[in-house]
Amino acid sequence: MAIEVRVPTILRSYTGGSKIVEGAGDTLSGLIDDLDAKHNGLKGRLITTEGNLHRFVNIYVNDEDVRFLGALDAKVKDGDSITILPAVAGGALGFAAAAAYLGL
Amino acid sequence: MCTATPGRPKYFGNVNAVLTIDKAIIDAIVAHARRDHPDEACGVVAGPIGSDVPSRHIAMDNAARSMTFYEFDSMEYLRVWREMDDRDEEAVVIYHSHTATEAYPSRTDADIAGWPDAHYLLVSTREPDAEEIRSFRIVDGVVTEEKVNIVDATVDA
Repeated sequence: MAIEVRVPTILRSYTGGSKIVEGAGDTLSGLIDDLDAKHNGLKGRLITTEGNLHRFVNIYVNDEDVRFLGALDAKVKDGDSITILPAVAGGALGFAAAAAYLGL
Repeated sequence: MCTATPGRPKYFGNVNAVLTIDKAIIDAIVAHARRDHPDEACGVVAGPIGSDVPSRHIAMDNAARSMTFYEFDSMEYLRVWREMDDRDEEAVVIYHSHTATEAYPSRTDADIAGWPDAHYLLVSTREPDAEEIRSFRIVDGVVTEEKVNIVDATVDA
């Protein structure tokens, strides 16, 4: 048994084109480290250099957004299904203004 | 000597690209944008995977409820994407409105855009009685405009 991870098109260059990959870990952070060991570079697309979850990436454990489960500390276990979706967002604001608005 | 520029053949298909979309769907998108004005509206048009045919309009909530920013609500996003998966569909079109500026992707739109295979459709509602509707591909932050071919399925060609 493993943790199933559904990968969006934009990140499949890291997974050899695979839509679903498997990983292991007790927390989301551990799972991402495990995935990065197999799919080098994936971690950098999910976690900022400061070590936080990227603002414009949505990650779900089963049916829950990890932001409501402790973000990178969210508990995961064998049999869980993780879904990664790039945020769909934007707008007429310039990036600097949007960043300020969003508290980035 | 070969002087051709090495490129990524996949993108050659985007030269002279066009979004072909039914008038009824454009009307529904415009109605949604007008309804939510002056806030930005957003949504998707799903279609069978690989078909490039946008056939099912889904108006989404703008979780930001803002005149200058939009963002899909994270739970609605998951639900709608799962439903598309179950129906062997994908997001052929991702749309949003600009309510005081032109229908052209902002720097923010381009930087965040995460679906390289989608047509990014923008509607401007800044004029009360005319809409500006334009479509783009956004790949790695690079914006390429394409034509919008609106077809009327109720009229026999």
